[in-house]
This record gives sequence, structure tokens and C-alpha cells, in this order.
Amino acid sequence: MSSRVFVQLCFVPMFVFVLAFLALPLVRLVMSSGESPAGWAIYWQILATPRYLNSLLQTVGVSFAVTLAALAISTTTGLFLARNRFAGRGLVLSVLTLPLAFPGVVIGFLIILLGGRQGLFSQLTSGNVVFAYSMFGLFLGYLYFSIPRVLLTVMAATEKLDPSLEEAARSLGAGPTRVIIDVILPGLAPSLVAAGAIAFATAMGAFGTAFTLATNIDVLPMVIYTEFTLSANIAMASALSVALGIVTWLLLVIARTFTGHTAAAGGG
Amino acid sequence: MRISMARTLQIVVTILTCAFLLVPTLQSVLAGVTVNYFRGLSSGLTFQWISQVWDLYMDSIFLSIWLAITCLVCTLLIGVPAAYGLARRPGWASRVLEEFVSLPLAVPGLALALALLQLYGSMRGFRTSWTFILAGHVLYTLPFMIRSVLAVLSSMDLKTLEEGAASLGASPWQRFRDVVIPNAMPGILAGSLTVVTLSIGEFNLTWMLHTPYLKTLPVGLADSYASMRLEIASAYTLVFFIIIVPLLMAMQWASQRAQRIGK
Repeated sequence: MSSRVFVQLCFVPMFVFVLAFLALPLVRLVMSSGESPAGWAIYWQILATPRYLNSLLQTVGVSFAVTLAALAISTTTGLFLARNRFAGRGLVLSVLTLPLAFPGVVIGFLIILLGGRQGLFSQLTSGNVVFAYSMFGLFLGYLYFSIPRVLLTVMAATEKLDPSLEEAARSLGAGPTRVIIDVILPGLAPSLVAAGAIAFATAMGAFGTAFTLATNIDVLPMVIYTEFTLSANIAMASALSVALGIVTWLLLVIARTFTGHTAAAGGG
Repeated sequence: MRISMARTLQIVVTILTCAFLLVPTLQSVLAGVTVNYFRGLSSGLTFQWISQVWDLYMDSIFLSIWLAITCLVCTLLIGVPAAYGLARRPGWASRVLEEFVSLPLAVPGLALALALLQLYGSMRGFRTSWTFILAGHVLYTLPFMIRSVLAVLSSMDLKTLEEGAASLGASPWQRFRDVVIPNAMPGILAGSLTVVTLSIGEFNLTWMLHTPYLKTLPVGLADSYASMRLEIASAYTLVFFIIIVPLLMAMQWASQRAQRIGK
């Protein structure tokens, strides 16, 4: 067997799998989104129906807020951890990155332990502070899984910055705050945009956290879920899935053009 | 020494972030071993909740472990040859193929699950078997395996290594087995740990694909959060942490090692 044939054979298992479980199912998904009486105008209906439009706006809103908060927190923490060596630094780093592998459902439960009816804040204030089941609870849940992802990107980018630029700025009389604003942040900008796009895409598609927190939150993945399972409105569930998938995919393409390598959204 | 404003802010934010991530985790661990969570630690410590979780959810824990192992075998069989193929044939076709296989990283699991359900939902035998969930897990984890192996393979001079082996008379298969796989080992290890960690924690796809008789660990977790008392839900979460945290730490170690080699 020639080397060429062998290399071609190496593609066969992937080819078969991807055709059967990715390409064909996605074609089916797009087809069924057009199978309602409305036909392809169903994509227009998403924007024309208040329920779907509101959920779309709410999802974009909470995802945007989470992205900004995660960027602010993770950049502050990431710069500190990347530039300082102290006892217990490894432990702090572990605490901040372990939630990477927590599924969204578990994070939802952790938010309930903080802000639920029987949560920590409720116990401390004898039942006055309950926020887990609101938009704020969802925001905290999304923040919980966004912080580790953004933090790792920021720290990796900080380590690649040229320290001589900071030394030059300091020797010219810039204080620590000025160095951060004028030298470090502009250097980190491409990575921050990329990390932000990943955080935004992950939040847009997150299902597990919203599912555990449940009540009254109409984010897009929850609407897709209820349309499919309760209303059996399969065409609309498919159309919303296709729209959501295209948006999150485009965001990650943007993220990659800024950093040069692909990142994963996933989880949530 | 004067501590600057910026530095104080950094320290405060770091401490608050750690507290935000750590406090509920500790609460959940404590609640899982406390006799009565609402009366607090004074009610005493117990393993009764963990043993109840074992009785109630043992099947789901074993199903998740079984799925993770079979998922690993599938991603190895599909992903390692594919990564080798992609490394040997760089070009636009490979780029497009890699991009397409990586779609599950970007498209939410819920959307993928709807796609799978609509295509295969009517095939009852497949729909109700554990292999249906397996297909979803392989779909979601395969890009991680391919990328991890591809990163290591692209960083070394594969062509020269293989030409050396070929000049000594090694067949393509022998070269793949004796030259490519040993050299790709750090990537394969990192990819394997990632696949197992992600498979055990996967919820978004699995929730849609599972049947009442086939509950994985995270599906069981969602079930316990909705219907069990807080102590049992916490004890189950504790069991999950005990499985996932060592895996995650091993995964981070292996990925960093593979990255160092990849440079």
C-alpha cells in the first residue's frame, strides 16, 4: 500500500462519523425549520413575535453584561497573578480555574446555595435576600463559568507581552496605573476581544445553568427547549437553534481572527 | 513600601473572585456531609447522604464512566488517524474539514441534540440505546482530541522522521505505529484526559438525548436538584467533584506538557 493511500484511509473514520452525526443532522435541522406553514418566513417570525424577540434581546443583554464583567474581573485578577509571585499563588490559580470542568447544572446549583431560598445570603439576612431565580442569579451563574476561561486567556497573553516596554514606560516616569492603561491593556487588546467573544458565545448557548435556576427566565436556549418539548413547535425550535448556532459560530470565527487559534465555547 | 491604588484593587478583586468561586463549592461539600444543613454543622457530620446517593444513583455514575471510556476509544480510533491525515496534508481542504469537525465547539449542544433527535428519533432501537448518547459525546469531544494531537504533530518535522523510517523499509502502517504514535503521545494523553473530563461532565446534549432508563451522572444531578432534599443533592455534587477534580488537574498538567512540547 502506498503512503498516499494510507493517508487517505486515515480520513475515512472521521469522514463517515462526521457525515452521519454532524452533516446530515444539521441538514435535517435546517430543513425542519422550514417545514411549518410559514415556510422560511419563520426566521422573520423570530423578530416579529414579541416573545421570541424579547428572549433574544434578554439573552444578548445578559450575555453582554457577563462578558463585560468577566473581562473586567479576569483582567484585574489575571494581571495580578501573572506579574506577582507569592506563597499560595498555585492554590489561588487552582481555585480560579477548577470551575472550567463544572457543567452548567452544577453551577446553577452552586448559585442556589448562594442566593436561593435556603441559600447563604438568605440565611444571613433571615430570608430577605433571594436572587438565585432572577436574571441576576443567571448573570452570576454565567459569570461563574466565564471567569476561568477569560482568566486563562488573559494570563497566557500577559506572559507573551514584552516586559521591556513596561520598563521603558516606568523609566520615563509612568506610575503603575499609567503603565497598565497605556502599555499593558493596549498590548492585551486582541486577546481581550477574543476572550470576550468566547465568553459571549458561551453565555448565549448556555442551557444547564438556566435549566437548574428555572423560574421565569426566558433566555434563548430555554425557549428552544420549551418549544421543542412542551409546545412541540419543532419548526420554531429548529429555526431558533439554527439562528443561535450561526451567531455563536460567527463570534468564534471573530475570536480566532484576533488570536490566530481557535477556542472552544462549550459547556455552560 | 507604599502600595499603589491599582495594586490594592487587584488584590481585593482577586480575593473576592476566589471567594465567589470557592464559597458555594465549600457549602455544597459541607451540606453533603452534614446531618441537617439548616441546623448547621452542630447537627453533626454523616456519610448517610453519600450512601443514599450511592443507592439511588449508582447506575448513573457507572453509565457515565462507561460512556467516558467508550467515548475515549471512539475519539482515539477516529481522531488520531484524522489528525495524522490533517498534519500530512496541510492545505485548504484540510482547513475546511478541520473547521467543519470543530463546529460542535461553537454550536450549542442543545442545537446539536435537536439535529440528532430529528434525524434519528424515529429509529427506535438506536434512539433508546446508550450508543445514541455515545454518538453525541463523540461528536462533542472529537474536536478536542483532533486538535490536541494535531498541535503536537504539526510542531515536529513529521516528513523527515517518516522518510528516515521509510528509507529503512518501514511500511506506512509501521511508520504510523512506530514513529507517529510514539511522537504524538503527549498530545494523545492531553486529548484523552480532556475527552474523559468533558464526557463525564456533559449535560446540554445528554439531557436531550437521554431516556428515563439511561441517566448519566450530570442528568442525575439535574434530577436530584429538582426533586431531592438539599443534603442529597449536595452529597451527589460532592461525589461528582471527587471524580472530576482529579481528572481536571491531570488534564491541565497534560495539556501544559503537550504545549511545551508543541512549541
